Amino acid sequence: MSDSEGPRTQVTAAEEPPEEVAAAAERRAELAMPASIAAGSVREYARSSLARVKSGQSGVLPVVGGMILIAVLFQSLDSKFLTAGNLVNLLVQAAVFSLLAMGEVFVLTLGEIDLSIGFVAALGGVIMAELLSPSHGWPWYAAAGTALLACAGIGILHGLIITRIGLPSFVVTLAGLLFWQGVMLRILGSGGTIPINDSIINDIASANLSNAASWLVMLVLVGLFAAGTLRRDEKRRRAGLVAPPRSISLIKIALVLAGGVALVLVCNQNRGVLVPISGMPWVVVLVVGVLVAWTFLLGRTKLGRYLYAVGGNAEAARRAGIGLATVRTTAFMLASFTGGIGGIVYASRLRSISTAVDGGTLVLYAVAAAVIGGTSLFGGRGKAVHGVLGGLVIAGIDNGMGLLGFTAASKFMVTALVLLAAVTIDALARRGEAVT
Amino acid sequence: MTEPTPLVQLRGISKHFGPVQALMGVDLDLHAGEVTALVGDNGAGKSVFIKCISGIYTPDAGQVTWEGRPVAIRTPRDAAALGIETIYQDLALCNNLDIVQNMFLGRETMQRFVLDEDAMEKAAQETLASLAVTTVRSIRQPVGSLSGGQRQSVAIARAVLWNTKLVIMDEPTAALGVAQTAMVLALARRLADRGLAVLFVSHNMVDVFEVANRIAVLHLGRVAAVRATADLDRQLVVELMTAGSSTRMAAGPTAADGEA
Repeated sequence: MSDSEGPRTQVTAAEEPPEEVAAAAERRAELAMPASIAAGSVREYARSSLARVKSGQSGVLPVVGGMILIAVLFQSLDSKFLTAGNLVNLLVQAAVFSLLAMGEVFVLTLGEIDLSIGFVAALGGVIMAELLSPSHGWPWYAAAGTALLACAGIGILHGLIITRIGLPSFVVTLAGLLFWQGVMLRILGSGGTIPINDSIINDIASANLSNAASWLVMLVLVGLFAAGTLRRDEKRRRAGLVAPPRSISLIKIALVLAGGVALVLVCNQNRGVLVPISGMPWVVVLVVGVLVAWTFLLGRTKLGRYLYAVGGNAEAARRAGIGLATVRTTAFMLASFTGGIGGIVYASRLRSISTAVDGGTLVLYAVAAAVIGGTSLFGGRGKAVHGVLGGLVIAGIDNGMGLLGFTAASKFMVTALVLLAAVTIDALARRGEAVT
Repeated sequence: MTEPTPLVQLRGISKHFGPVQALMGVDLDLHAGEVTALVGDNGAGKSVFIKCISGIYTPDAGQVTWEGRPVAIRTPRDAAALGIETIYQDLALCNNLDIVQNMFLGRETMQRFVLDEDAMEKAAQETLASLAVTTVRSIRQPVGSLSGGQRQSVAIARAVLWNTKLVIMDEPTAALGVAQTAMVLALARRLADRGLAVLFVSHNMVDVFEVANRIAVLHLGRVAAVRATADLDRQLVVELMTAGSSTRMAAGPTAADGEA
């Protein structure tokens, strides 16, 4: 039967399948996998994208559609909505939601949840403000850095409790929500407020790049994206792998460029009332920076791959030799760390931090933003960009309804309905996946 | 048929859980280039036996000889280091990851700190092509969108991507339709033809007789018989599975393989 020349080694080397099997194998090969995804021509590409949407991987399509809907709706009701001044204001409002949501994406991808992120963020802001205050007088970078480290430490603590003791993340972070709120109140004192006088920290949310610098930053970022995309395609073609058709890549780059140009054009308009104000807010650059970093982490590193694997099938990940506890703990650390950045931006916007911070609402908005953006509540699917897009939607609703004079009560109800719609899309997408 | 040293020689493998003796001195040889079927009724000890080989359980007694030297397999990592890959019934795939990502899960190829997607995709493509499993353009679709047979193919391809010498397949055809079962059986055959040893655990007599070179029958934790497939028929195997012995066996040579 076999001519076993001892144990075989190079199994990856292609070789002729033995005669009798070969013919049957040829036929069965057709059965094996339909050539649906990955395509050579634009038409095939469009078809495979459509197939992907149909099979439940709609990606960011629903949220982009939602954003367009919000823009059209509010603009038709109040023509102030799409003015430069209001749009830039909206971007700044969205920053905190987007940052917290990007943090939440890490844990949601695992199929877990972090309910403490709102008050951990607030505590980050408080620690920074306290260290900046005259009684300590730390430089801004040391204060902000310490605050972020503290937040990361809190995340590790949550992760360790969840993985070592084996408690549900829901309960542990719910306890965190209460505990860190208590710590925050203790530092602030009753009814306390810590003003921030550091100009660099305050500038994060209130200062803008010059018009020229706005263009420069945008063009450099888009240029890097374009170069990266084209180089990757080229490398794949040279390696004999299927790459998206060049026209598709160029269209993608053109879309990103158009988005960037639109953003800078809006930001560079004079939106001042008494004195001219223009340029891209620093906070936008910060959010984009975090977005790029976390997109890279999730998409290109082992840690990112393992986050998806654990979220998709923890048992399979365990059998593949992945340390579940480490991955989970790291995710909670990243969530709290990113939350801390959000807390610093929050404090910067108010130029102070006080006991009025509503971390409970913040965390719900963060989870809602991530899910509205396209991250699955059931784990396994999530991207940093989901947090940013979802944050924009939430800020858009808040801002638009504010312009129309609605109260907080109505805003909450509408946001809740949008969240419900997003979760429904998520659940339906999952069902679609299961069926195919 | 004079065989060279078997790839694996298992001698006197025993395992008990409390008072329950799951395996009682199981002897079995697995040869490179052969599909050895392991059959047995529910509770015969098939699962415990493969878990002992793949390092999930440590046997209470017994000796494993790998390529002529005694080894101890205490963890799944030990098994993987020797070149033993187990394809479990549930396949252990992540539905949200694509085919390449699943095949390399836990053993990703890196380029400095970044995943080397191109290298992994190429290697995955080559392995799949060499198994004649795929029209290679689709290996970036998530595993969740594949059919049962396709998922099985991915699990098999993942098992042979590494320096694998023994592939253990646990009930690989249990949940599959006719065409997909044929595909998986052809794959098992192809692995053996490439010189791997395949241990094929199954209930299904049709599949076993189609694919196996040798059939080992487990009955209540003991090996009832190990015979070349040609020396057995279905009725005989069923008798061995249910009763542990057969009147027709009495005349024949005992354990054709065990005392090699």
